[in-house]
Amino acid sequence: MNPESDTSALRLSLPVLFGYIPLGAAFGVMFSDLGYHWLYAMLMGIVIYAGAGQFLAVGLLANHAGLVEVFVATLLVNARHMVYGLSLLSTLKLKGSRRWYLIYALTDETFSLLSMLRTSCDRLRDRLQFRIAALDHLYWVIGCTLGAWIGGQIEFSTAGIEFTLPALFLVLAIEQYRAVRRPRVFALALAIGVVALLISPDNMLMLSIAMAISLLIMARGGVEWTRLRIF
Amino acid sequence: MDSTAYLLSVIVVAAVATFMTRALPFVLLYRWADHALLKHLGRYLPPVLMVLLLMYALKDALVTGQHLLPSLAALAVVAALHLWLRNPLISILSGTGLYMFLTQTGLLG
Repeated sequence: MNPESDTSALRLSLPVLFGYIPLGAAFGVMFSDLGYHWLYAMLMGIVIYAGAGQFLAVGLLANHAGLVEVFVATLLVNARHMVYGLSLLSTLKLKGSRRWYLIYALTDETFSLLSMLRTSCDRLRDRLQFRIAALDHLYWVIGCTLGAWIGGQIEFSTAGIEFTLPALFLVLAIEQYRAVRRPRVFALALAIGVVALLISPDNMLMLSIAMAISLLIMARGGVEWTRLRIF
Repeated sequence: MDSTAYLLSVIVVAAVATFMTRALPFVLLYRWADHALLKHLGRYLPPVLMVLLLMYALKDALVTGQHLLPSLAALAVVAALHLWLRNPLISILSGTGLYMFLTQTGLLG
């Protein structure tokens, strides 16, 4: 993935289009079971814009959960986003409202695409970052809206369509390997994932991310650590 | 609280909580963006996270064993196609199509 032209934002974001439309639609179909108007599914896609977070919201709405519960559960489910921001800190140079929009729209998939961007031109990078984020957001809103609108009317079986996400992550992992040719890093990640799955499948993602950050910091050595003065 | 007001409150609360998780590093860690340790994490975290997200997306198959063989077969197809053609669209759609076929027909379990 080596973007050179303006059209590459569209090209780079295409895999997310094919992941987000069905996933957003799956959310929309579930949401429509609650009996609300499809416009609210569209609103959720626009303002919440988080896959796991919105599926969680459907469950919470169905259970008439309290607002504090909604707040805490959403924080926990989305806590992994903090890591994405961390690794984009040095490459996100956008300013003002476009910067805040990009932070607002930083989903798993958008983060994946942004972390793959390799360009020496700052203006091109800024423009690509913003366009990719906005396109992904658009795909998601279309998916949510379509799903809620069509509701239960889909007759053909879409069972298994959620496999687009592991497929997307595998493709992006292969692309990461092309950018960072360190087999040990990938072996470490696999080992961490297995350990986290053995300890607690329900908390696998948070647990493994915490282990990964700790191990990467330790691998770097204690020197930088003491200079950071925030831990 | 009527049903629509409740729904709108949930949407606002979920949106605020989600935005907080995304904005926190930029608000708290901005001053250290050029620090060597953060650059180190910025370089090596993405590949690690991609592997972890992949395992997370396959968590149910890995833990329960349900649809494990179709998942592995479809992943092998995704990897092979992507190493060969390097076209994300072809890799993802072929793998997903194979997975849907295998799980819906019950081939491989």
